[in-house]
Amino acid sequence: MTPEYYLLLSALLFSIGAVGVLVRRNAIVVFMCIELMLNSVNLSLVTFARIEGTLDGQVMAFFVMVVAAAEVVVGLAIIMSIFRTRRSASIDDTNLLKY
Amino acid sequence: MFGAQVTALSPPSVDYTAMLPVLIVLGAAAVGVLLEAFVPRHLRWSVQVTVSLVALAGAGIALGAYVPGAPAQGVTTMVDTLAIDAPALFLWGTLLALSFVALLFIAERTVEPGGAFVSQAALRGAAGAGGSVSTREPETTGGRDGAAPADGARGMQTEIFPLTLFALGGMMTFVAANDLLTMFIALEVLSLPLYLMCGLARRRRLLSQESAVKYFLLGAFASAFFLYGLALLYGYAGSVRLGDIATAAAGSDRSDTLLFAGFGLLVVGLLFKGSVGPFHAWTPDVYQGAPTSVTGFMAACTKVAAFGAMLRVLYVGFEGVSWEWRGILWAVAIVSMAVGAVLGLTQRDVKRMIAYSSIAHAGFLVIGVMTLSDSGLAATMFYLLAYGFTTLAAFAVVSLVRDADGEATDLSSWAGLAKRSPLIAGVFTFLLLALAGIPLTSGFVGKFVVFSAALGEGLAPLVVLALVFSAVAAFYYLRVVVVMYFSEPAAGGASVTVPGAFTTVTIAAGTIVTLLLGIYPGFALEWAGAGGFAF
Repeated sequence: MTPEYYLLLSALLFSIGAVGVLVRRNAIVVFMCIELMLNSVNLSLVTFARIEGTLDGQVMAFFVMVVAAAEVVVGLAIIMSIFRTRRSASIDDTNLLKY
Repeated sequence: MFGAQVTALSPPSVDYTAMLPVLIVLGAAAVGVLLEAFVPRHLRWSVQVTVSLVALAGAGIALGAYVPGAPAQGVTTMVDTLAIDAPALFLWGTLLALSFVALLFIAERTVEPGGAFVSQAALRGAAGAGGSVSTREPETTGGRDGAAPADGARGMQTEIFPLTLFALGGMMTFVAANDLLTMFIALEVLSLPLYLMCGLARRRRLLSQESAVKYFLLGAFASAFFLYGLALLYGYAGSVRLGDIATAAAGSDRSDTLLFAGFGLLVVGLLFKGSVGPFHAWTPDVYQGAPTSVTGFMAACTKVAAFGAMLRVLYVGFEGVSWEWRGILWAVAIVSMAVGAVLGLTQRDVKRMIAYSSIAHAGFLVIGVMTLSDSGLAATMFYLLAYGFTTLAAFAVVSLVRDADGEATDLSSWAGLAKRSPLIAGVFTFLLLALAGIPLTSGFVGKFVVFSAALGEGLAPLVVLALVFSAVAAFYYLRVVVVMYFSEPAAGGASVTVPGAFTTVTIAAGTIVTLLLGIYPGFALEWAGAGGFAF
């Protein structure tokens, strides 16, 4: 088993998430891409913990999960409140503030 | 520690005396949530304000009692995750003082009848709670709709107070975090409440909600970068403690790719929070759309927290490899100053203008961080203290200039303001001069100490550029002064609302501190230079 492959997979997932944030237009999908980034980091942490032979990285992954859950609560609340006002979750429509 | 081997766990030792200020703030925030559930609606505002202010004062007293007897080299506690040393104590004091003043500003209820915050976060942007979607305003005036008049009687969302305390607790942990995981958790604890607070404005609901969405999506994106940086550095050093990373960087056979990729990603996350340079895109929109009191809190305290953490990360974790990253921070500082100074020239909105000014100031602060010397550390922290009070008072003044639609932030409605309210115009002029860095204000002393520390470390070209950009930025500060004093008042322009006691205290405190630090900076400089980081 070569742990390096998992690191590459994690980097790939992180990049997919980052590109998704930049190109997708629906706030919910953008948010899902951010979650993908966070979870790809979890994969990295666990892989590094395996390479190191310590448990620190696995414990950190749990912390990240808790933070991601808290972020979902806050994020969906914000997205929902603006959706109620506008009937749209597209981030192209949120363009009142510029320049 | 290894694999399946199970060792007996011993409970970590906790230095409760040193941590007391943070514990008080977070404890009061948790109590605030309970009060929200159990106290009747008409009592909530007074109870929440009392609890929050008492908690901040108590935390300040606990800090004041701890500082004189604190060990000079600092202590680390909670299994070395928190380092409570001289810089952390100074930044805690700064954060508590700024939040106390900002909390008064947030609690103001007379300037905007009922308070600046919506009574229920779920209220729609269209006029009144019952407004249907079809009444959606056209884009040009979409932000203009106020809440229905009846809404004023229903009071404000008092959850703003526990949210402020949670954010403050996160900030205090953030500047004292001695390992990256603690720092990441603190980053989220400070950010999540701020995202919510941005969306709670009573007037201009759409602008406010839009700023919350933008801040949230970009903030979460940046913290994902911070986290990936953390993971790569864990892979590099086998630990996320800043001290261990420094040791590993000094002599490790691991790939440098992990170190520098990790460092880069980590710093992007920190620079984003400090609204620096190329990572500033959210700043103008969020500063403009958020309720003005929240903007003031955010502008003052988030900057202190972000730069406090940046100082610790760079001084403790990455000082040894500074020749690798200094060049990049050179570029970041220049971009930040240029963006803040040049784009600020084109702004017509006062809140947006101060936002660009904060980006320029972030560039100056990066210069202070880059010095990596004791004098640079003290200078940067003094600058944070001085800038925080000035910008908070400036936003408090902005909240007073109003017309029928609420706050009149467009520069054109400020024309001739000095003829109608010479006092407020005079105070705002003084604050703008402090932001520009004119002598006898704290802004001058701050710039002076930062630039002289930078000169001592051979950053002369950067200092010259900083002076040029200060001069450019001074142009747009002075433009506001000219508009206030030398323009004829426009018909139907804005007028100054008589502030309530709370906002008066905010403005007075900000102005007095700006003046005092400009005349007698010695005390604060001495405290800021009391010692270095513990790790």
